[in-house]
Amino acid sequence: MEYILMIIGAVLVNNIILVQFLGICPFLGVSSKVNTALGMGAAVTFVMALATLVTSSLQKYVLVPLNITFLQTIVFILVIASLVQMVEIMLKKMSPSLYRALGVYLPLITTNCAVLGIAIKVTEQPLIAAHGFSILDSTFYSVAIAIGFTLAIVIFAGLREQMELVDIPKGMKGVPIALITAGILAMAFMGFSNLV
Amino acid sequence: MSKVKILTKGFFKENPSLILVLGMCPTLAVTTSVNNAIGMGAATTFVLLMSNIIISLLKNVIPDKVRIPCYIVIIATFVSMVDLIIKGFLPALSESLGVFIPLIVVNCIVLGRAEAFANKNSVFDSILDGLGMGIGFTISLILVAAVREILGAGSFMGWQFIPSQYNILIFVLAPGAFLVLGFIMALMRHIINRVEDKRKDKMCAAK
Repeated sequence: MEYILMIIGAVLVNNIILVQFLGICPFLGVSSKVNTALGMGAAVTFVMALATLVTSSLQKYVLVPLNITFLQTIVFILVIASLVQMVEIMLKKMSPSLYRALGVYLPLITTNCAVLGIAIKVTEQPLIAAHGFSILDSTFYSVAIAIGFTLAIVIFAGLREQMELVDIPKGMKGVPIALITAGILAMAFMGFSNLV
Repeated sequence: MSKVKILTKGFFKENPSLILVLGMCPTLAVTTSVNNAIGMGAATTFVLLMSNIIISLLKNVIPDKVRIPCYIVIIATFVSMVDLIIKGFLPALSESLGVFIPLIVVNCIVLGRAEAFANKNSVFDSILDGLGMGIGFTISLILVAAVREILGAGSFMGWQFIPSQYNILIFVLAPGAFLVLGFIMALMRHIINRVEDKRKDKMCAAK
């Protein structure tokens, strides 16, 4: 039950893009087609789960016991950046078909603040109060958050595909109208705000 | 390029968040009040300035192949410093900016300036560039925050001048951020298009 509530909370109530404003760059950049949006969503889910697993383990077994939590930002960003590089190299060798599908998005993810943001957020307070800080909970939560990311970016890409055909003022074209669309989408997501 | 131009190009013509569309996450997230915007702008400007200085000093030492990880470590060091300073001296600001202070590390503006400017230019030019871009970013944050705070909370920098029953709450919530930024950006582009059209007309007339 706790896990179901956590998933609903992460996907709908605290949607990472529309409520927490993390990962806006890929949201605006890679959302012109539904297919690319799906690819980006899959790549983010993969990297985010892996990154949170590694960073939470580091937090629990290295940073806290050695009392060097002030190095958190530096350690996490280095781990995430090298992890993305490693995943890219491994995918290229082991599964070329998956690499073709996800490869182009991987370098973009290093500078994606969603991955670092969630890695830091899960260390701030326990996700389920009774468990304390747990690596399993953190990884689970990051997958749920990534599903929320995919949901938002796919809906948004669907809307933007339609927008291409509409005649709008010159200054509004591109990013401004995309932001206003996102605003209306965020209003729709506000309807979930008292769900959990 | 003249020194003045290096400093001022970030204010309007190459404004990082309104024209180049970089660093959107903090622009949307921390602009609920003008005080937050100033705090975030100052923190980012400091990191931008310091990382520009160090990177332009070390540009001949850092090997080209591993430059990005080196830049990230330099930037992350200054971000950690800012994070600790704000936590120590301004706990209220640290509370309201939350995770977005450590997230300055992945702000595209900082890494973008390191890659595009500081590793090619002299220390003095990099200082001007960092300052200019930081101030431009702060201006756009304050602009968005002012609109949101006045419409949503009826106040400016905490000074309440519209009674609370006339406030439009949606502007301080998530959707308001997207809407306000979208309209401000559209307005900026409209102004730039107008100016360019006029310039073209003049050139045609002169011919």
